[in-house]
Amino acid sequence: MEAVTDLVNAVVLLLNFVIVPGLSYGSQLALGALGITLVFGILRFANFAHGDTMAFGTMITVLVTWWLQSKGISLGPLPTALLALPAGILLTIALVVITDRSVYRYYRHAKAVPVTFMIASMGVMFMSNGIVRFVIGPNDQRFLDGERFIVSAREFKAATGLSEGLSIKLSQGLTIVIAIILVALLFWFLHKTRTGKAMRAYSDNEDLALLSGVDPDRIVLVTWIITAILATIAGTLYGLDKSFKPFTYLQLLLPMFAAAIVGGIGNPIGAIVGGYVIAFSEVMVTYAYKKVFVYLLPQSLEPEGLLQLLSTDYKFAVSFVILVLVLLVRPTGILRGKLL
Amino acid sequence: MSFLNGENMVGGYGGADILKGCSIDVNEGEIAVIVGPNGAGKSTAMRALLGMLEMKEGMVSFRGRDISKLSPQDRIAEGIAFVPQTSNVFTSMTVFENLEMGAFLRDDDISETIEQIYQLFPILADKKDQLAGELSGGQRQQVAVARALMSQPAVLMLDEPTAGVSPIVMDELFDRILEVRQTGVAVLMVEQNARQALDIADRGFVLVIGENRHTDSGAALLADPEVRRSFLGG
Amino acid sequence: MSNDRKTWLAFGVIAVLLAIIGFAQSWNVSLGILNLCIISAVMALGVNMQWGYAGLLNVGVMGFAALGGVSAVLVSQAPIAEAWEASWGRLLLAAISFIATILVSVLCYRKLVPGRMRGLGITLTIVVGLALTRWSFDPAVASIEAIEPAKTGFLGGMGLPIIFSWLFGGVVAAGIAWCIGKVALGLRADYLAIATLGISEIIIAVLKNEDWLARGVKNVTGLSRPVPYEIDLQSSSWFIEAVRWWRSGALAAADDVAQQAMLKQFVIDASSIFVKLCYTGLFAAVLALVLLLSVKALDSPWGRMMRAIRDNEIAAGAMGKDVTRRHLEIFIIGSAVIGIAGAMLTTLDGQFTPTSYQPLRFTFLIWVMVIVGGSGNNMGSVLGGFLIWIVWIEAEPVGVWLMQVGTGWLDESNVLRLHLLENAQHMRLFFMGLVLLLVMRFSPGGILPEVVRKQ
Repeated sequence: MEAVTDLVNAVVLLLNFVIVPGLSYGSQLALGALGITLVFGILRFANFAHGDTMAFGTMITVLVTWWLQSKGISLGPLPTALLALPAGILLTIALVVITDRSVYRYYRHAKAVPVTFMIASMGVMFMSNGIVRFVIGPNDQRFLDGERFIVSAREFKAATGLSEGLSIKLSQGLTIVIAIILVALLFWFLHKTRTGKAMRAYSDNEDLALLSGVDPDRIVLVTWIITAILATIAGTLYGLDKSFKPFTYLQLLLPMFAAAIVGGIGNPIGAIVGGYVIAFSEVMVTYAYKKVFVYLLPQSLEPEGLLQLLSTDYKFAVSFVILVLVLLVRPTGILRGKLL
Repeated sequence: MSFLNGENMVGGYGGADILKGCSIDVNEGEIAVIVGPNGAGKSTAMRALLGMLEMKEGMVSFRGRDISKLSPQDRIAEGIAFVPQTSNVFTSMTVFENLEMGAFLRDDDISETIEQIYQLFPILADKKDQLAGELSGGQRQQVAVARALMSQPAVLMLDEPTAGVSPIVMDELFDRILEVRQTGVAVLMVEQNARQALDIADRGFVLVIGENRHTDSGAALLADPEVRRSFLGG
Repeated sequence: MSNDRKTWLAFGVIAVLLAIIGFAQSWNVSLGILNLCIISAVMALGVNMQWGYAGLLNVGVMGFAALGGVSAVLVSQAPIAEAWEASWGRLLLAAISFIATILVSVLCYRKLVPGRMRGLGITLTIVVGLALTRWSFDPAVASIEAIEPAKTGFLGGMGLPIIFSWLFGGVVAAGIAWCIGKVALGLRADYLAIATLGISEIIIAVLKNEDWLARGVKNVTGLSRPVPYEIDLQSSSWFIEAVRWWRSGALAAADDVAQQAMLKQFVIDASSIFVKLCYTGLFAAVLALVLLLSVKALDSPWGRMMRAIRDNEIAAGAMGKDVTRRHLEIFIIGSAVIGIAGAMLTTLDGQFTPTSYQPLRFTFLIWVMVIVGGSGNNMGSVLGGFLIWIVWIEAEPVGVWLMQVGTGWLDESNVLRLHLLENAQHMRLFFMGLVLLLVMRFSPGGILPEVVRKQ
């Protein structure tokens, strides 16, 4: 009987510290990577400004959340930020569309090489980073309200009698649910609507799409709008889960790129797979397994060290190593992406 | 006055002129073939008709109207369809979706056209849910032609449709193209396999260095000893 | 206007800017900016070699600069004998097993037939090898970090004069660049960019966390200097005499008591300017050397081949040029130059602080310098380094001043005004991005475009 309890405790431990955080972080990365992969598929460049697009959208959401909170408006148990999201999305759409009109469109019409777009996106990154820091400052901002937990560790322990608790934060639950809904909507759009099919066609074979009468300006516009929606929601969910700090979003760029490339760049399903691959590798490699083995092994075999493969500070290294391995072994990604 | 008519076209892709005054035209319910040696400007002539290069001189008219100033997209909307030589299907989309993309500019019900396409190319009905990228070369060419036909064009332009397919598949493709002509469509194609192409052609244009060398009916060109000697290998 | 005249004019403008800062703020500030300008120029030269000569997109400038920085620590700090004694055996073992792991896995990859067995073999080698490495390495680290953690807690360095670190930093950066280049250079341009972005983040993570190496976020302060200390100058008689002679005019006008006080102040001011000038001399010598070598290299057959490859990779490859190998060479050389600049920077700072490495400042700002200055043109990069650094530094006071003027109509304690004043400094990021985009759009060659040579 004790052996069974130990096993259950070990499983709960893994659920609590690996599975649940991995799922929610993976969903955030997947949504971010989808934006990168869509821009890559349609506009054919690696968008370095994507992290800062996320930061911008989140910032607007944070500001509107504060305003709503000051007016005493809330969503009850749910975070007020959900109510503020549409405003964040709208302004982010405005930002990316204005950026496209003023920066990228010129290079598109001049048929510039992808590298030029990429360097231009660095300029855009600087500018939006400056705006975000100017408006909200470089520091940590909290904007989470409502219930904290769906399941709290204490309640879980009381209910099950186990010595390990399982806690699921509301922000984690929301992240996973919203990600599933968004991805379902996106795939419905790409596969069932006229514009979505035109986007896929354009990404697949630009010249032939033009010969079929697809309007490139419209496709690009729609792509930016979707990217802005995904970026704002991904950024807000990440901010609710952790906290909002402009610099963190710049750092998210690397795991998001890794996710997009690992999955197969330009391929939306690949971006999702890549997001979870990267997130779970990060969480699993940096988790200290000592306690799990304490439950699983007899006392005499208990491990001495923390059994942590890498310190948590190296989580970027994890995404990078996976990225390099995939590039070496299978440059097109897990699911075949583009090799431009 | 021909249906689609390119007259005295001069131009190229920025550098030296590739077309030095060539004229191509095609009528409804007729197959016209452009043949000639490598580098003669066959594909370029077709691209000029479609508006894909800057023309210095000459004009293109369609249904008696000057369309020289229209963009390729606008010409397609007018009823000209084009099948490029390579990359002519959406490889990551199903056959059915390829057909849908062909009808992208149409607002009406396309199910009837799709049925006609399936009758013309029965294999596509079987493979409709398969990705176009997974098909064999000959099947892909059928998808490519079918995609172009989905817009119900008045003129169908084909750039070397039989390049890289086996002789059996080539014969089958030519049979299909003859059937397409039956529906009243004007077909204009560039062909490397000059003999077989002229065989099914109502009219042929032999281009050399960007100019018309011979223009006559397909049968007459095949019979012309000079054409035979110079371009058909005896 | 010819490019030569434009170059003179542009550097004239820089000199005027520095002079204005000298008069308006102080010469001390002006010289401080000049020194960083020179370092930035060297970094920009490194990036320009990679991008301007070869079209390689290195977005990991920060990492190579940090490698140079840590070299300054490793070269100049005295070795900590106790730490070595406590750990050398285990360290050696860890190093051996680490290298053996890599060698065996590479061997497996090369010799075994591809398939499941090979994958299993490599995985097993890596797992066992890393476990073995960690087993000897972790206690070694613990024993090193246990020794006076508040003061040292690391292995120390070689105890050499810090100026050697400039060379060493270049070599370390080159070594890491070789590793990255081997892996990433065969790939597409944007993958290289992302790979270098990743490696630079990892380098910073290592430097932040491996306390045994250079104390991590506890920082190493008080690095030795290649130039005299102000405090020594202030007490050496030759320096005081020199200042007395230099400022004799001003001193003569005052009476005796005041003269003493004035002289003291003059000496203090002069000492800090003197130190900065010494740095300026050293840095300028490095810049001149790097510049000379790059100009020579660019005009040599090797440089011509480089440009041919950049302009048409496929054609150059078809003509039998080993494109990947040439790319590897230039990637290593450019990274080494960035490493040298990084070591110079840490030398100037006198301390090594891993947290100060931010990608916006160390990677993307250098890119702005190269693009704005004129990619492919060495003088352009130098100019970009000078100009952008001045703008970057001066944008802050100017921004705050503009905000002050702009919000003058608001009340002193107005929340909006306070917010704007507090955050005005961040607008320089916005401004930099704007400058980059404007130059790219309206003057794609930069201020001093590449000179197209006629053969």
